[in-house]
Amino acid sequence: MMLKPRAILTLFILILLLSPLLLPTYQITLLNYIGLYALVVLGLVLLTGVGGMTSFGQAAFVGLGAYASAYLTTTEQLPDWLAWAGHSPWLALLVGIALTAVVALILGALTLRLSGHYLPLGTIAWGISLYYLFGTVEQLGGHTGVSNLPVISLFGIALDKGEKMFYLIWAVLLLAIVITQNLLNSREGRAIRALKGGQLMAEAMGVNTFRSKLVIFLISALFAAVSGWLYAHTQRFINPTPFGLSMGIDYLFMALIGGVASVWGALVGAGVLTMLKQWLQDLLPHLLGSDGQYETIIFGLLIIAVMHRSPGGLWPILMRFIPVKLKSRQLLQEDGPAVRLDQRRPPRQGDLILEAQQVTRRFGGLIANNNMSLQVHAGEIVALIGPNGAGKSTMFNQLSAVDTPTSGEVRFLGQSLKGKSSREVAAMGMSRTFQHVKLLPGMTVLENVAIGAHLRGERGVLSAALRLERAEEQSLLQEARYQLQRVGLGDYLYEEAGSLALGQQRILEIARALCADPCLLLLDEPAAGLRFKEKQALAELLQKLRGEGMAILLVEHDMDFVMGLVDRIVVMEFGEKIAEGLPQDIQTNPAVLEAYLGGAE
Amino acid sequence: MMNASELLLDVRQLRVAYGKVEALTGIDLRVPKGQIVTVIGPNGAGKTTLLSAIMGILPSKGEVHFDGRLQPVPEVEKLVGQGLGLVPEKRELFATMSVQDNLELGAFLRYRRGDRHLATTLAEVYSLFPRLFERRHQQAGTLSGGERQMLAIGRALMGKPQLLMLDEPSLGLAPLITREIFRIITDLRRQGVSILLVEQNARAALKVADYAYVLEGGAVAMEGPAAQLADDQRVIEAYLGLASKHQELLAS
Amino acid sequence: MNFQIAVLLGQDGVTNGAIYALLALSILLVFTVTRILLIPQGEFVTFGALTMAAIQSGKPTALGWLLLALVLIDCALDLRQMWKTGKQAGAMNYGEIKWSAIKIGYTAMLLVLLHSLTLADIPMLAQALLTLALVVPFGPILYRLFFQPIASAHSLVLLIVSIALHVAMVGIGLLLFGPEGARTAPFSDSGFRLGPVMLKSQTLWVILVSIALIVMLFIAFERTLYGKALRATAVNRMGARLMGISPVFAGKVTFAMATFIGALSGILIAPITTLYFDSGFIISLKGFVGAIIGGLASYPIAAIGAVAVGMVEAFSMFWASNYKEIIVFTLIIPFLLWRSLTSRHVEEEE
Repeated sequence: MMLKPRAILTLFILILLLSPLLLPTYQITLLNYIGLYALVVLGLVLLTGVGGMTSFGQAAFVGLGAYASAYLTTTEQLPDWLAWAGHSPWLALLVGIALTAVVALILGALTLRLSGHYLPLGTIAWGISLYYLFGTVEQLGGHTGVSNLPVISLFGIALDKGEKMFYLIWAVLLLAIVITQNLLNSREGRAIRALKGGQLMAEAMGVNTFRSKLVIFLISALFAAVSGWLYAHTQRFINPTPFGLSMGIDYLFMALIGGVASVWGALVGAGVLTMLKQWLQDLLPHLLGSDGQYETIIFGLLIIAVMHRSPGGLWPILMRFIPVKLKSRQLLQEDGPAVRLDQRRPPRQGDLILEAQQVTRRFGGLIANNNMSLQVHAGEIVALIGPNGAGKSTMFNQLSAVDTPTSGEVRFLGQSLKGKSSREVAAMGMSRTFQHVKLLPGMTVLENVAIGAHLRGERGVLSAALRLERAEEQSLLQEARYQLQRVGLGDYLYEEAGSLALGQQRILEIARALCADPCLLLLDEPAAGLRFKEKQALAELLQKLRGEGMAILLVEHDMDFVMGLVDRIVVMEFGEKIAEGLPQDIQTNPAVLEAYLGGAE
Repeated sequence: MMNASELLLDVRQLRVAYGKVEALTGIDLRVPKGQIVTVIGPNGAGKTTLLSAIMGILPSKGEVHFDGRLQPVPEVEKLVGQGLGLVPEKRELFATMSVQDNLELGAFLRYRRGDRHLATTLAEVYSLFPRLFERRHQQAGTLSGGERQMLAIGRALMGKPQLLMLDEPSLGLAPLITREIFRIITDLRRQGVSILLVEQNARAALKVADYAYVLEGGAVAMEGPAAQLADDQRVIEAYLGLASKHQELLAS
Repeated sequence: MNFQIAVLLGQDGVTNGAIYALLALSILLVFTVTRILLIPQGEFVTFGALTMAAIQSGKPTALGWLLLALVLIDCALDLRQMWKTGKQAGAMNYGEIKWSAIKIGYTAMLLVLLHSLTLADIPMLAQALLTLALVVPFGPILYRLFFQPIASAHSLVLLIVSIALHVAMVGIGLLLFGPEGARTAPFSDSGFRLGPVMLKSQTLWVILVSIALIVMLFIAFERTLYGKALRATAVNRMGARLMGISPVFAGKVTFAMATFIGALSGILIAPITTLYFDSGFIISLKGFVGAIIGGLASYPIAAIGAVAVGMVEAFSMFWASNYKEIIVFTLIIPFLLWRSLTSRHVEEEE
């Protein structure tokens, strides 16, 4: 029997509501800590699990939130420009959030553009710097810290006890979980989920990946700062220790142990590690006969074991034992008729769409493309063929603005592509597929295809978090659904994309490209790995698109497929065009024969 | 035709799958001592996959016997030690190291086992490729395409392999240089090195080889003595997509 | 600030900088060959220093027993592997047994030495050699146990295991060496005079040994085939495998070098600085700052960067001692900024 997620959630909230009445204070304090930690870890799930980035510096952001509030609410003589925010925890929260946002944006701008390793190393460095800063600045109490923080009051109720703070902490945590889940199930969320393993693809679909990274980095920092604020006013006393690097590492460990790919993993991780720490701190000194933080040995080895055995953490393991279907398709289900997305005005049949003029590309001494020219018109399928190493991929990169020619020019719809990013080109109406299929295997087919429509929506992160973009979201999903039905994958909308056969994955890529409403399709080996029937279906689809006025350029090795389908063929060898013409002419062209089979000496 | 005792490489029912897609479906292939065997076929037929699987770079199913020994799980480092050399399609040179360093590293396993006669082999390789001697202090990354291919082959020869597997040695090379490379391949055979040659340039490959396999869609479509296949019309069809036309003609 | 103070600060800066440079080189070496950011590098330093201190105070450190335990696990794993492949191939290759015997014998010999010698009385050179003999084997064994099984994992996973190993090792350091700090006797008592200032001889030792080590590393990587093999692995992993240079071999050798450099650094600075079980992290992080300045790729720039870190640290000690760490770690920001502005590629998963 499957339990309904809603029932479980209700039960969970009910237990939460009752716990302060039933449990002793000590347990409530522990639960408060778990809630506070889970809020930080939730940010890490977003950052590491979803976005594929690692931060050891979250504890420092917690400290920013805590210290901002401590300073503002306890300092007698605030500087004039800050005086308005004095003595009220709520105003201090606002200032803390603003401060954290500024710091996070600066640090993010510095490190997020860099390759994978700089971010974690950078977070270690600022984690240490901020920690020492808390400890040395006199106004922040140095290493002794700040005491006598005021109590938060809500609707006139002073939250002066752990049992009362409990409700605020867990309400904030649940709110954060809801916001996170809303965000992930939206247009912006799909862009964020593409960060892990799909950045090149996302950029080609018009997603600004740097911006997406910055967004989740900011959100994770803000969750941490709010946790710090709650912590400060629960304890009503702070010193630098809980904001040091070792706590930053602990937060990451919680995320990893719980399961970094799921928002509920955050809760599991925070719970397990907090309880384990309590228990080990009692037990180990007895066993080892002296005091000290020996639990770190166990934690370290535990993490290594998790990384070796189950890199996904405990949550996926737990899910195997709990009979609950948490994967909600509700969000993706059709929800009445949605407004059709605007379409761009299609070019007229025969219009020149893409033109390469004497394109040359050198890599050092190597000439990969030499003086290549070709044209693609609306309502025409052109194939670019040639033996291995002839420079087709390089040419493809020049045409799709992934790379820039050394000399010569590529013009798309009359505009030069010089200096344009693949994002801008996507916005102009060029859409592509990849030689090695690039999709997000854990996401549904529908969501994968909806990424293609990224540029056709405009609602941002905030409206996604608050679910104010449902109308637009419905339109985007409807478009994705329509394109999937068009290419013949209508039966697989809610399957995981990774479970499709390779041939279907290639077709999925075409649907995704179509979702962008392009006037030019660039297909990189679309028939590779397809079975005969699938090739036929693909050929039919491409013919249909051609009939609708689409311009299509494909790089392909499968000659059977090419010869029967395309209007014109351009043959390359040694980076140069050696022949161009109708399929039947190419098949008998002696230069082509020689290029493929070698010189007959 | 082939005496089993002379077999250097004996591959039986080799299968490779990328996820759900079968890239190779049960390949049988043999290389006798002292011969050149070539595997030709159009792009995407699985030629590179075949070499990678034999070498142990890709996980595979089936049996690989090398030099009379069954390889339980082919392991690159072990096979290199037993005398199998691969010159991969991408060359995989040490770009920021000198030509000479690249060559010396080719003999790493021999050195590790205490063989100190590397200088002799080095001289042999240099006499085979005088161009490399001229450029011995240059970084490998600055070489031209043809020189890179020579270095890759030279580096593999430094390990004194019994069987040299060459993956598309003519890839991206101008005709003159291709001819040079094929001349060297014939030279090597004369010196007793057995060669498994994977090529797209079918005519050149069939000219130097003793025996040939034609790979299509991950399976052996044809095999036979190279001289016979060279005149076979079906080879051309496999390459240029005339096969379907051919069938149409037969049907009509 | 007068000349005298400047010289003293410079002395501190260069001494620390030399150590950071060694660590930066070692971090870079391990990173380029194995893709692992070796966070526990600092623990090798503290293990070296604290073992040396324990030996000097005549205590046979429990580190030997830990080594024995790990060696036994390591041998058990190797023998199991041998058994498995042997069964598949239909013929056993008994070479592993010989290796296991050598490893266990070596450890047993060390334990005998530790417990039979009057450790405090043997010459300092012998003490240092014993320390190295004890600490260095940890490198390859830790690689074997924790990194080899996941050698092809995503680099993020490697980083996390590296951090976790660091955390565990700090705890083990506390368990083995206790919470007290330790300082060892200087290599020689004499000082020397530079202008008006008396300098410690240990400074000279640190600088000389560091330079000697760097020169030796340079020769090893430029002239010997084994050194070139490691470089080759860093340049092109697949190419190296095709030459028979296995990643396991390269990983174990680089880890051995890293532990050697770390432990030796610990022995070198133990007479100058009091080290605690948890001092290693901050020291290795400064090595990391050097490595980052070198862009995780360039050895000379990393070494120069690391020396600069030492100097900045020493002089900020004088001008703004409270902000010392903040200044040092903020040093990387301009370099990150510069890298961020010059790199424009979109990162794709490996």
